[in-house]
Amino acid sequence: MPQVPGLVKGLAVTFKTMMKPAVTVQYPHVKEDPPTRARGVIALKEENCTVCMLCARQCPDWCIYIEGYKDKAPPRREGGKPRTVQKLDRFDIDYSLCMYCGICVEVCPFDALFWSPEYEYSEVRIADLLHDKDKLGEWMVGVPTPPPLEVGAEAKKGAK
Amino acid sequence: MNPALAIDLAWWQSTGIKVAIVLNLIPAAAVIFGYVFLLKMMSHMQSRLGPMEAGPHGSLQLLADGLKFLQKEDIIPAKADRFVFAAAPLVVMLSTFLLFIVIPAGPDLVVEDLDTGIFFAMAVSSLSVLGILMAGWASANKYSLIGALRAAGQLIAYELPLILAVVGVIVQAGTMSMQGIVVAQADGEIFGIGAFGNPFILTQFFGFVIFLIAAQAELTQAPFDMPVAESELVAGYMTEYTGFRFLFFFMAEFGTAFAFSAIGATLFLGGWYVPGVEGNLANVLGPVVLGTKIMLVAFLIFWIRFSYPRLREDQLQALAWKYLIPLSLLNIAVTGVLKVVM
Repeated sequence: MPQVPGLVKGLAVTFKTMMKPAVTVQYPHVKEDPPTRARGVIALKEENCTVCMLCARQCPDWCIYIEGYKDKAPPRREGGKPRTVQKLDRFDIDYSLCMYCGICVEVCPFDALFWSPEYEYSEVRIADLLHDKDKLGEWMVGVPTPPPLEVGAEAKKGAK
Repeated sequence: MNPALAIDLAWWQSTGIKVAIVLNLIPAAAVIFGYVFLLKMMSHMQSRLGPMEAGPHGSLQLLADGLKFLQKEDIIPAKADRFVFAAAPLVVMLSTFLLFIVIPAGPDLVVEDLDTGIFFAMAVSSLSVLGILMAGWASANKYSLIGALRAAGQLIAYELPLILAVVGVIVQAGTMSMQGIVVAQADGEIFGIGAFGNPFILTQFFGFVIFLIAAQAELTQAPFDMPVAESELVAGYMTEYTGFRFLFFFMAEFGTAFAFSAIGATLFLGGWYVPGVEGNLANVLGPVVLGTKIMLVAFLIFWIRFSYPRLREDQLQALAWKYLIPLSLLNIAVTGVLKVVM
């Protein structure tokens, strides 16, 4: 009976597991902290957005809706011409369509989109999953700060 | 009969009481086993907690499930044989019901102490095959039929080692009465030491192992759950059953598990007997002692169930016919020789 040691080992595994505390938690009562870089939801840092539309065009589901307008900003150098900047009227992500591929986060050239570890944003009605830029901005709270620039790297002009 | 319990009842009164007790015992046994083993022990073996919301630690979960099953629509497939389809769960339940009759829980606490108690138990336990075949045939479903035939082949194959393992105990005890087997263990002694009796697990250890394996197969529990192998047969003979009919199969499954654990505890662990407890005290403590031993045997059965993957059909048959039956025959022969010699 060459199988017997393996069978006994199997019994030992289940018995030991039974004696150890469970790894699961009772979710609504106990909440686990997600890892800091967990990909829970996409957050928006509005002031970095230049309405370039790259994210909306790359989105496989077309679930990002952007509207913007041109605005004047104070000149970089004193006495210069006021700059033209693009600002957001609307930045909505429809999370009932989003498939969490993260392409928009990857493609954003101005670090305006981030993965946030927030995960509790379920809704009763499917239409309520369309979240606007204010809501996306709230989720920036959990986003870890980006690592410092390498020594000698040039800080982006106008970056806040 | 103990004079303290000698209340004269008419035949129909005592029968009514006995039927009520057994009818209540089956759901209670099913709920206890389902909760302790299926919900909690399995969950912890898989490093999770299992149901926690319904009642303290989820203890009322099965009651909630039972209520849910009762509310469900009673669906009978259009091409099913309606009468046989409806009767099948009852036949399976009947087999479980009859098993409980002969199990003693104390010197006087037994529904019916038959002289051929263990023979009766083994005989009625095989009634469930009929119910399973009826269910499979009447469902008008290929999966059900295949499942039922697998179940029939398996139950017949494992009936033999089960009975042969029990024969060893009968030979040693010299009686077929369940009560007699308990008394034989209580009065017995091993190597001249009689302080704790002689639970037959000591002398009939191989019998116990064979009994456990065969009981596992009789209960169609993993690793012998080919008849209800969900990856191949949906749910085998239970595929077309819903609502309270499914509940009947569920209760019969766990009720039978309870009954088989009780038979195992009675035959090999000394039943209700514990050293130093006699007379009326044994009537009071007997059910507790027996319950503890039942839980021990059931723990082994369910531990194996939750640990091992399913055996292939040919491996399953080979285990019964090539290994268990010859081993149990050998066990009987050795027991018989020792019984005569010693």
